[in-house]
Amino acid sequence: MFEYAPAPESVRPQIKEHYGLFIDGEFVDAESDFKSVNPATEEVLFTVAEADEADVAKAVAAARRAYETVWGPMSGTERGKYLFRIARLLQERAREFAVAESLDNGKPIKETRDFDVPTAAQHFFYHAGWADKLAYAGHGPDPRPLGVVGQVIPWNFPLLMLAWKIAPALACGNTVVLKPAETTPLTALMFAELCQEADLPPGVVNILPGAGAAGAAVVDSAVDKVAFTGSTAVGRAIAKAVAGSEKKVTLELGGKAANIVFDDAPIDQAVEGIVNGIFFNQGHVCCAGSRLLVQESVADDVLERLKERVATLRVGDPLDKNTDIGAINSAAQLERITALTEAGRGEGADVWQPACDLPEQGFWFRPTVFTGVQQSMRIAQEEIFGPVLSVLTFRTPDEAIAKANNTPYGLSAGVWTEKGSKILWAAERLRAGVVWANTFNRFDAASPFGGLKESGYGREGGRQGLEAYLDV
Amino acid sequence: MGSILSGAEAASLVRALPGVDAVGLEARAAGLSTRSVKTTSKAQVIDLAISMIDLTTLEGADTPGKVRSLAAKAMRPDGDAPATAAVCVYPSMVAAAKDALQGSEVKVASVATGFPAGQVPLDVRLADTESAVRAGADEIDMVINRGAFLAGDLERVYQEIRAVKAAAGDARLKVILETGELATYDAVRRASWLAMYAGADFIKTSTGKVGVNATLPVTLLMMQAVRDYRAATGVQVGVKPAGGIRNTKDAVKYLVTVNEVLGDDWLSNEWFRFGASSLLNDLLMQRQKLKTGHYSGPDYVTVD
Repeated sequence: MFEYAPAPESVRPQIKEHYGLFIDGEFVDAESDFKSVNPATEEVLFTVAEADEADVAKAVAAARRAYETVWGPMSGTERGKYLFRIARLLQERAREFAVAESLDNGKPIKETRDFDVPTAAQHFFYHAGWADKLAYAGHGPDPRPLGVVGQVIPWNFPLLMLAWKIAPALACGNTVVLKPAETTPLTALMFAELCQEADLPPGVVNILPGAGAAGAAVVDSAVDKVAFTGSTAVGRAIAKAVAGSEKKVTLELGGKAANIVFDDAPIDQAVEGIVNGIFFNQGHVCCAGSRLLVQESVADDVLERLKERVATLRVGDPLDKNTDIGAINSAAQLERITALTEAGRGEGADVWQPACDLPEQGFWFRPTVFTGVQQSMRIAQEEIFGPVLSVLTFRTPDEAIAKANNTPYGLSAGVWTEKGSKILWAAERLRAGVVWANTFNRFDAASPFGGLKESGYGREGGRQGLEAYLDV
Repeated sequence: MGSILSGAEAASLVRALPGVDAVGLEARAAGLSTRSVKTTSKAQVIDLAISMIDLTTLEGADTPGKVRSLAAKAMRPDGDAPATAAVCVYPSMVAAAKDALQGSEVKVASVATGFPAGQVPLDVRLADTESAVRAGADEIDMVINRGAFLAGDLERVYQEIRAVKAAAGDARLKVILETGELATYDAVRRASWLAMYAGADFIKTSTGKVGVNATLPVTLLMMQAVRDYRAATGVQVGVKPAGGIRNTKDAVKYLVTVNEVLGDDWLSNEWFRFGASSLLNDLLMQRQKLKTGHYSGPDYVTVD
């Protein structure tokens, strides 16, 4: 093979040395600060104020004032104009946002450039269109907003998850207090600057960086609704905290998705789907296809092709345009992935990794494929949230469905077969919020996304997603 | 190399091939197209691409003079740039090409078998092939019988390719599937395997004479076919996309795809070719740009 010369992205966004909390349209300082590091180099990128309970109360009060005086009374048409403006600004500054996301999160520039940022912009465009058409969304003739919404988002798709949360909330007439993840606040803070640029009325969007305590303070504050994306453990704590209160809640939690490959699948494309399913975004994806269920009669062929394909993945500098797999987001996450992988070895599964050099600095993990995995092993049951695939086999379609559904989670699933009737048969039986047929990890603002069982409740995106931000 | 399958066996084998998911195939091709090839890699890829070109002229107006000019360009495209792989002409121009290329490594490829439609009787197609070989062609680019293929008569397509292969003798046989007329990816996969079972040395996308010529997804699919064929039989077959590849950017995408799907074993003009004419000048201009640091222009490369 010929080698590709380094192809580094040349644009560098203007990252400030220090960011404050974004409350009531202004950046303000807090009692304490924390650092955000580049996971690919472990270098400190900037410092940022950490929100405490008092800051949360101030932000919620500002959001309440904005809701009652400006955003709530505003016509849908006018709200739509602001959302369109935000969407356009995001598109205009797409490259800058893409590089910033890659620096702060560790994911490859290829993905932030081609997926995260364009999809985030699409979410604002899509919901801008709904703002003056809510009467036609199927939630009653004149659906009302909920009020002030507290939102807590994860570190795997920082800007995109922000868009999934803020766009529908604003389109429906709510105001927002959002806490980005501790390790990835950068694009949320850049988004705050973008809100200033768009002349969004003060208090409509408030951004409060911080860790778990700040998130808990948002949940406990005087908000009307809590929306959370993250781990099932934290989701459960949030559900307990809001139980018995007036607060509404939607949760998008973990997953352990099955990607089912039948013997009549288009094999080469299925291999691509398996790779995209588990190695997209270093496997830091709640709906990742982390369990491959492959029909025993084609298992050897599929695995051989899979390994050949995985061996061509390029791991390294996230800002190189040819990088397929970037850095693991944090030391803590790397530790968790390593521990679960060790557990897999200990329980007797066969591990395979391609030979590739990893950078010396930063947090890295080789793409990993476990074969000979049994349903009872931890790597088949627990969410690893890393580039680690567990391969199981099945003999009959019924067995595939039984194994796929045998998990506390129910976020997503994939089905690979050239036979249309088999796709419909499987989709009817799979207990998952999203079932992809002959593809995986596809997202669209018009398509509702959400889970069953321990993967949470509520939907995001599409007409159905509006329900989470309307008083219906 | 001779295949031992009967027509019926070959036909039933290709009918049993797994399907192709069009969306997934095109997504993979689009993904490979995003690779960024710069500086030293780009220089390497440009020279490799030049060495893989079958420099082609297939016009009613072709004359020995035109062919001599093309042959001169093929042997020495520009300064220290490598020679192209072959010159590709009609059978009546083979003798002129052979004469002009004497003493060089550049091969003479001839289209044959009633190119481009192939809608003439088999004995005429075989005679066409034999005369090209007699005139000195090193390689024969045949067209398959798309009419028979689309009518479902795979056995006949198979038998005809075998007959042409026999008529071609020692000349390497490139089998043109005319993928634009086969229309579906499933059909392209079947035609690829049928041609390989029948003894093709190369499978080639197109004649360049129909509306849709080589595309990256189709060529990727054919690369997967030669990869799988070698894994199944041990026999290596080459791939030649032809028609519509006009600039360096396109050529780079194809070579990135060879690189990541087939690897080293196919990265030479023994196993991968471009059927093209205007591509060469764009490659030469990009080559000059890398050397001098500034863009030249069409007056700094020769017209053919």
